[in-house]
Amino acid sequence: MPTSPPLEVRSFPGPETIHRSILDNGVVLLARENFSSPSVVLTGYLEAGALDESPEQGGLADLTASALMRGTHSRTFTQIYESIESIGASLSLGSGTHFLSFRGRALAEDLELLLSLLADVLQHPVFPREQVERLVAEKITGLGLRDQDTASVAQMAFDELAYPDHPYRLPSDGTRESVARLMPADLQAFHRRKIGPTGCVIAVVGAVPSAAAAEVVARHLGDWRNPSQEHQPALPELVPLQGTVRRDVPLAGKSQCDILLGCPGPSRFDPAYIAASLGNNILGSIGMMGRIGDVVREQAGLAYYASSSLGGGPGPGAWEVGAGVAPPNVDRVIELISREIRRFVTKPVTPQELRDSQTNYIGRLPLQLETNDGVAGALLNIERYDLSLDFYQRYPDIVRAIRRDDLLAAARRFLDPERLAIGVSGTFGSRE
Amino acid sequence: MISPLAGPVTRRRLRNGLELRLKEIHTAPLVSIWLWYRVGSRNERPGITGISHWVEHMQFKGTPQYPAGELDRAISRFGGYWNAHTGIDWTVYEHTLPADRAELGLQVEADRMLHSLFAPREVERERTVIISEREMHENDPAFRLSEEVRAAAFRVHPYHHEVVGDLADLQTITRQDLYQHYREHYLPAGAVLAVAGDFRMPAMLQTIRRLFGGLPSGRPPVPRLRTEPDQRGERRLVVEGPGETAFVEIAYHAPEALSPDFLPLAVVDSVLAGAASLNMYGGGISNKTSRLYQALVEGGLAAAVGGDLLATIDPFLYSIWITVRPDRTPEEALEAFDREVERLRREPIRADEVAKAIKQARALFAYGSESITNQAFWLGFSEMFADYTWFESYLDRLAQVRVADVEAAAQKYLVPSNRVIGIYRPTGNGKPQHAD
Repeated sequence: MPTSPPLEVRSFPGPETIHRSILDNGVVLLARENFSSPSVVLTGYLEAGALDESPEQGGLADLTASALMRGTHSRTFTQIYESIESIGASLSLGSGTHFLSFRGRALAEDLELLLSLLADVLQHPVFPREQVERLVAEKITGLGLRDQDTASVAQMAFDELAYPDHPYRLPSDGTRESVARLMPADLQAFHRRKIGPTGCVIAVVGAVPSAAAAEVVARHLGDWRNPSQEHQPALPELVPLQGTVRRDVPLAGKSQCDILLGCPGPSRFDPAYIAASLGNNILGSIGMMGRIGDVVREQAGLAYYASSSLGGGPGPGAWEVGAGVAPPNVDRVIELISREIRRFVTKPVTPQELRDSQTNYIGRLPLQLETNDGVAGALLNIERYDLSLDFYQRYPDIVRAIRRDDLLAAARRFLDPERLAIGVSGTFGSRE
Repeated sequence: MISPLAGPVTRRRLRNGLELRLKEIHTAPLVSIWLWYRVGSRNERPGITGISHWVEHMQFKGTPQYPAGELDRAISRFGGYWNAHTGIDWTVYEHTLPADRAELGLQVEADRMLHSLFAPREVERERTVIISEREMHENDPAFRLSEEVRAAAFRVHPYHHEVVGDLADLQTITRQDLYQHYREHYLPAGAVLAVAGDFRMPAMLQTIRRLFGGLPSGRPPVPRLRTEPDQRGERRLVVEGPGETAFVEIAYHAPEALSPDFLPLAVVDSVLAGAASLNMYGGGISNKTSRLYQALVEGGLAAAVGGDLLATIDPFLYSIWITVRPDRTPEEALEAFDREVERLRREPIRADEVAKAIKQARALFAYGSESITNQAFWLGFSEMFADYTWFESYLDRLAQVRVADVEAAAQKYLVPSNRVIGIYRPTGNGKPQHAD
């Protein structure tokens, strides 16, 4: 029987190595030193996303996030990018449903420059008309490509079915029509009411002493104030599906169809999340895509990819299975996947499956926490989901404590084979 | 300053010809193993295109010791990550494992170098999986265009076809074809084993000798390559397909990695289209100050532009991609592109542009050195078309590139007669019609 390899949990981020401080304005800083490579990662988030926009203004948060880098009171677009690209650094901002995120990377010697730039674009953007118009055109091109991508279109169909009357039903990057309507004044208004220090979390990981990182962050972001900053609206209750619903969205000239099926899953705050995640690993992730991969790809040879995923996040992200299959095999693959979901919610996983999933989760932790990026992501998770600074050191015990019954209970609570949302896109005859 | 390439590399060659490249790194309790074979789509001929990639798939389908599925479970249950990739010049199998499980990864690779089953039933199942993989690529207009551009650029050389292979061959390749290709190329003398991570060198060498030393020697066949003749005149082609977005790909014949022209052309790429990364894992940087971004995207003609220069054994392609805005035409984008190329050819490149390219490369190397997995990748990658010194000396050689070298490379390669221009013309139907 395999056992977990011995782990030096003390080498994982923990209270001894994570610096955490809060500026007077509410900005939270997390830092961890890593001198094994001469680079540094600067990443973080604040609560500003598609939840803060109306459907008519779909894509506003996303566009605003991208436009922050298009010019400030003291820097033009070209000056901003010249300053980072000339030193081999990067800085990008984007927005999803809940959060506006930023991510930068540089040689450690250039952290100050990166932070001064981040502080400037967050606090003093000007949204130049010409730049916004160009960005809108670029976004519309991207949305045109999205609307031709079978996986994206199947995902959008799935979201509409799985989340009726819920903000998750809408794509966080909007539609071509909604984005085309957005004007610089909309972006300015969004910036005014949503982008500020409250709820802003920053992680600095790399070859920089934590005290120095804290000093630089305080110097550049300590004076940031936004009295107009609004809180994010609470998510409404989910409306449960009454039965399985399916939507086929035809796209001409495609060789393969994409299928997305599943149900709303647990939020990362849900006590059942870890059990659901371990279960999902067995259902369609571990190794060659778990049970789903085994049935659809290995045994039936019907797909190159067929796997499951669990969204997690602050709300009920999807627990879904995705597969890319030839058009004639769509119904057969949906049936195979539904059968696996039915089995998954009917019988407990085997003791061996649970052990493999547990040792997989524990064993892969050093790999996940190897890079500055990986550690920074872990620090942000700790803050975002109130996990406590020693969470990754306790993680092996948390995972080992999960029982087969916990997995079955989580599966039954969130996955219902009789109430699935199914989105399909590709070249076929249409039907619902 | 910590050097991203710090630490000695141990080079050895076993009697059976297996080359070893090993590096101790003790920053995390991990070991990353990369087994590289000198076989890719370059070693294929019409009739068996895609066979190297298919053999790679079959390597996951079991041996007598590790039946199909067992291999996967053996690695995954310990939190190991594993994968495989087939390129035009090489095929590689990678594992990153907890340090105390490194032997498992080595065992698996030694086992499947010789003992993969290629069970007929598994071959047939994988045929449909690979056709499905090809269909996934076909859904992407960029793939459709790239496949045609490459075919137009190489009439004679096997770089002609995509790694995944032509559908006609995927439908007809036999189990015998696959097994023969496997036995011919999966030999110690055709492979480089690169290992980096948290191990002690004497013990690692001992383990490798024990597991791989007894494998039979023998040499893979030397490919009967047909050299691509010089292109005489610009070639243009059009691909039509669904969507509302047009793409342009401009592919110039480019020198092989060992050519003295390669690095000057890499600087050309950096100036024109932005810094490229040599990392498999570790990411890149944006290209918004590159000349082509400024002319095409800031110029309101395109939504994105990028360049791609691969390090290869034989001369391959330097490709530039343009995603055209829906309110502009491919011809307008191409005209602006040509103006920039002409400017590069006529006006001296600035010394600060070369300096920027060097600093960017240094930063990208630093990012790549964060991960043991990527460092292990570096150990073996350059052996596939040169040797490790190509990689070790990359930054130094880049720093020696002179402005005149860059200009000469631009003059030599960026000429119309040396290129293929492909245009993807969308035929519409862009907006999904919901069939509620």
